[in-house]
Amino acid sequence: MSLSFTHEFSHSGFKGKVEIPTGLFINNEWASPKSDGARTIDIVNPATGQLITSIPEGLPADVELALDAAHNAFNNTWGPNCSGSERGKYLIKIAELIERDIDKLASIESLDSGKAFMRAKMGDVTTAASVFRYYGGWADKIHGKVIEQSIDKLAYTRHEPIGVCGQIIPWNFPLVMFSFKVAPALATGCTVVIKPSELTPLSAMYMTKLLKEAGLPAGVVNVVVGYGPTVGNALTTNPRVDKVAFTGSTAVGRMIMEAASKSNLKSVTLELGGKSANIVFDDANFNEAVKYAAHAIFFNHGQNCCAGSRLFVQRGIYDEFARKLTEVARRVKVGDPFDPSTYQGPQISQTQYDRIMNYIESGKQAGAKVLTGGERHGKTGYFIEPTIFGDVTSDMKIVRDEIFGPVVVMTSFDTEEEVIAAANDTKYGLASGVFTSDLARAHRVAARIKAGTVWVNCYNDFHVQIPFGGFKESGIGRELGEYALENYMQVKAVQINLGKSCPLPVEL
Amino acid sequence: MSTHAALTVPTIGELSIPTGLFINNEFRASSSGQTVPTINPANGETLLEVSHASQEDVDEAVRAARKAFETAWGNNVQASERGALLNKLADLMERDAEKLAALESLDSGKGIRIVREIDLPDSVACLRYYAGLADKFFGQTIPHFGKDKFVYTIHQPIGVCGQIIPWNYPLLMWAWKVAPALAAGCCIVMKPSELTPLSALYMCQLVKEAGIPAGVFNTVPGLGATTGDAISRHMDIDKVAFTGSVMTGRRISIAAAESNLKKVTLELGGKSPSLIFESANIEEAADWSALGIWFNSGQDCTAGSRIYVHESIYETFIAALKKKAEACAIGQAGLFVCSSDYDETTSFGPLISEAQRDKVLGYISSGVDEGARLVAGGKKWSKSGNGYWVEPTIIADVKPHFKVVQEEIFGPVVVISKFSTESEALTLANSSTFGLAAAVHTNDARQAMRVTAALDAGTVWCNQYGMLHPGVPFGGFKMSGVGRELGTYGLEAYTQVKAVHQNLAMDMQWPI
Repeated sequence: MSLSFTHEFSHSGFKGKVEIPTGLFINNEWASPKSDGARTIDIVNPATGQLITSIPEGLPADVELALDAAHNAFNNTWGPNCSGSERGKYLIKIAELIERDIDKLASIESLDSGKAFMRAKMGDVTTAASVFRYYGGWADKIHGKVIEQSIDKLAYTRHEPIGVCGQIIPWNFPLVMFSFKVAPALATGCTVVIKPSELTPLSAMYMTKLLKEAGLPAGVVNVVVGYGPTVGNALTTNPRVDKVAFTGSTAVGRMIMEAASKSNLKSVTLELGGKSANIVFDDANFNEAVKYAAHAIFFNHGQNCCAGSRLFVQRGIYDEFARKLTEVARRVKVGDPFDPSTYQGPQISQTQYDRIMNYIESGKQAGAKVLTGGERHGKTGYFIEPTIFGDVTSDMKIVRDEIFGPVVVMTSFDTEEEVIAAANDTKYGLASGVFTSDLARAHRVAARIKAGTVWVNCYNDFHVQIPFGGFKESGIGRELGEYALENYMQVKAVQINLGKSCPLPVEL
Repeated sequence: MSTHAALTVPTIGELSIPTGLFINNEFRASSSGQTVPTINPANGETLLEVSHASQEDVDEAVRAARKAFETAWGNNVQASERGALLNKLADLMERDAEKLAALESLDSGKGIRIVREIDLPDSVACLRYYAGLADKFFGQTIPHFGKDKFVYTIHQPIGVCGQIIPWNYPLLMWAWKVAPALAAGCCIVMKPSELTPLSALYMCQLVKEAGIPAGVFNTVPGLGATTGDAISRHMDIDKVAFTGSVMTGRRISIAAAESNLKKVTLELGGKSPSLIFESANIEEAADWSALGIWFNSGQDCTAGSRIYVHESIYETFIAALKKKAEACAIGQAGLFVCSSDYDETTSFGPLISEAQRDKVLGYISSGVDEGARLVAGGKKWSKSGNGYWVEPTIIADVKPHFKVVQEEIFGPVVVISKFSTESEALTLANSSTFGLAAAVHTNDARQAMRVTAALDAGTVWCNQYGMLHPGVPFGGFKMSGVGRELGTYGLEAYTQVKAVHQNLAMDMQWPI
C-alpha cells in the first residue's frame, strides 16, 4: 500500500498541500510493516466522522526492528558517542523546522484531532517548538556532582542516559505530547521508539520528515504506529527497552507498570488521569474566576488530564457564579475546527463521545441538575455542548470519575478547611486551581492541596520551564522543566581511591 | 565626522566598518570628535580612526542601558526570549563568518584560518551555550518554616554592567562577556580594546539585526585611562567585568570601591606552569606545551609560560620542544587583497603592538643577562618588516627569582627548568602570585589525581593544554582574578540573589 498521504488544505489559516509519510519510521526510513498479515488503521476526522486516510498498522515485529535501530544508534552515533552540544544543536534545529512549518503542522493537528486551528497553531505547535528549543539548551548542561574530596578519595557522579526508551503518547495533545517525550529523552542522550496514538498519528508522522531533515542520525527516533495491546504492550514488556514513559489513562498506566515490573523492571514514568479541583473563594476577582473556570474545563474540549473538572465556589458568591458561568458556557463557540472563531471542537471519537454522554446520563439519573448543556451539539461529528452540573454530591460517578469531556460538576463550600478536604477527596492528584486575592491564603491552600500543580488565579497555564506531573494515582515522575531530565538519566557514582590500602586483615 | 569608514579587508574586499559609538542601537561619533587609530600589527599601518568615547558619551550609554533595563530587558522580557535572541545573534555570526574572520585577522594579526576555525566557532558556541541557559537559572524554595512563612530566592539580573575587554581574543572575549550578561537579563556598556575594536563594532550591527532592543547593548570605544575609567567609576553602573592585566584590574577595583562599590569580576594575568613527569609521553607533552605557549603567539592569559621537567627527561624534552618551536608556522596573515595570494597557513602572527614587542624583547634580554640558556628564538622575526613578530623562544635553566620566571611576559617566550621530586615540582609551580591555569603531564593515575588537586590554579589540565569549552568554568586563583566565567557559574557574575519572606501566620507584638 502507499506509504504517503497527501492532503490539500484550504482554510483561512493556510492554503496548500501537505505530504505526510505514513510508513513506520525506523532507522530514518519509512517502511511497510514487516508482517504480511498487517492490517490498516483508519484515521477519522472527528469533526465529520469521515475517513481521512488509512495507514499501515505496526506490530510487535516492527517494534523489534525499531529496537534494533535504537540500540544501534545508542551504541554508535548517539548516547555517549555524541556530545551534549551536538545533541542540543539537533534539538534546536528541530524546533526551527517546526516553527517554519507551523501552519502545516497546525492544520494537520486540527484535521486529525478536531482542535481549533488557531489553538493548534498558537498553542500546541508553538508549545512543541518551545519544548524542543528548551531541551536543546539543556543537552550540554547535564551535570553530575563532585561530592567528596579527601586525601584518599575523589568521588563524583555521572548522569548517564538510561538507553533505549519506549514512549507511548495519547491523542489529546498529539504533537505536544510528542515533544514532551522526545525532547528530554534526546537531550540526555537516550534513543527512542515512540508509539503515537492510533487515533491521531498524523502530526507525529509529519515530524519524521522534520527529524530526518534536521539530520538526526538514523535510529535515534523511531516511530511505530499501532495499537496499545500490540505495539504498546511490546514496548512495555520487551527486555530490550530500558525505560518506558506513558501518558494516558490511569487504567492503562497500571497495566504498563505491571508489565514493566514483570519483564525487566524497566523504570516507568506515568502521566495519568485527573479530577482536578478548581476552588474559588469569595474574595476572588469574580469575572476572571468565571472565565478561568470555563477555560479550566472547556479547554481542549475537556480532553485534558488536568482539566478543572470539579468546581468549588464559596457560598457567598455561588449563585451569582453559577449564573455567570452558565452564561459564559453558552457563549463558548463550538464548531468547525477551521473556523477562526471556534473555541471548542469535537470529542476525538465515537467511543469517547459515547462514554461522555453516558456519564452525563448517569449524572441526570443520580439527580444532579444540568445548569447548561448535557446534549449533543449539532448533527455530525462528535460535538458535545459545554455542560455544567450543579447540586452534585461527592458519591456521584460524575464527581468521582474522570469524564474527559466538556463536563464540570459544581458545588459550594463554606470554609477553607472544608474545601481542602473535599478537594483532596479523590484518588487523583494532578492539578488544582485556587482563586483568591488573599496572598497568605493562596500559599496556605497551595501547600495543602495534594496535587502536582497548583494554579493560583490562573488555570491550564503550561510553560516548558515549569514541571508538571501527578500526586497519587495521577502519575509517577515529572515532565517539563529540569525535572524531566531525571526520567531519562541514571546516576552512576564513581569512587576513585587515591591512596587507601585495602582493609582486609591479611598480611601480604 | 561620519560613523562608518571604508576598509579594504583581504579576501573580502571593501567593507563599510562602523567606527562610531553604538548607543541605543544607533551609531554616532563621539561628543568630543576625538578618535583613536587602530593599527595593523603585520605592518604598523593605521587601519582606521575609531571614535574615542568621552565621559558624556559614557553617561549617555549608561542612561540608555538603564532605560532599557527598566523597560525592555531584565524582568520585562521572558528569559526564553533572551535566549532566542542570543541564538539569533549566533546565527548571524555564522552567516557573516567569512567577513568577521577576515576583519579579526586584519585587526589582531591572527592567522585567518585560526580565526575561522577556532576564534569564531568558539564565540558562536559561547553565545549558543548561554542562549540555552537563560531560562534555566533557578532560585530555591526553602521550605523549613512549616505554616509560618513561605520563603524562596529569586535570581535577579544585576542591572547595568560595564564590560572592558582585551585585544588578544577580541571576538571571543566579546562573546564571553556579552552572552552571560544578556542571558541573565543585564544591559551592557562595553569598551572594546582600542588596539582591536573592529570586530566588536561589526558585532553591534548584528546585535541590532538580531532584534535585541535598543539600549540593551551599547559600545563605547576608547582608551582605558579615559573611557575605561569612566565606566569603572560610574555611579549608575551596577557591575564591572574586566579582562586584562593585573595592573589595570587593580585600578578598576579601586575605582569601583571609590565610587559606588559596584560588583567587580576580573580575569587577569597568569604565569601558568606545566609539570612534565617521568612517565609522560614526551612528544605529546611537547605538542601540548607548544600549543600552550605559542598559540596566539603567547598572547594568552593562560599561556603555559613556565615548564618544569623531571631531571631524567629534561634535555630530551627541551630538544623535543625546540623542534616544535622551529615548526611554528610564522607568517603574515596577508598583505594582499587578492584572495589567491592570501596566506592561509599562518598560525603564528605578530604581537599586537610595537610596545608589546619591545616589552617581550626586554624580558628575553633580562633572562639571558640573569644567566639563563637561550635554546631557541630570542629575537625579532627576520621577515617582520614593519610588523611586530618575535620568534618562538625557549629559555632554559632559569631560577625561581628570575624576572622571566616571576613576571607575565605575554609573548611567545617559555622558561624551563628541572625538578627531582613531585613536592619540589609543586612548590616551584605554586610559587607565584598568579593562579590562572596549570598542567600536569603524567601517565601515573594517582599522581595525576594528587597533583591536579594540589596545583593552585582555576583550571588544571591533565595531559593536555589550552582547551576551553563554554560549559566549563574558567577563572583565577590568587591574583589571576576574581570570579568565574563560562559554565553555569558564569551566570552568577550577572545575577544577584534576593531572598523573599512571605509571612503566612507569624504574629508579632511590639514591644517584644
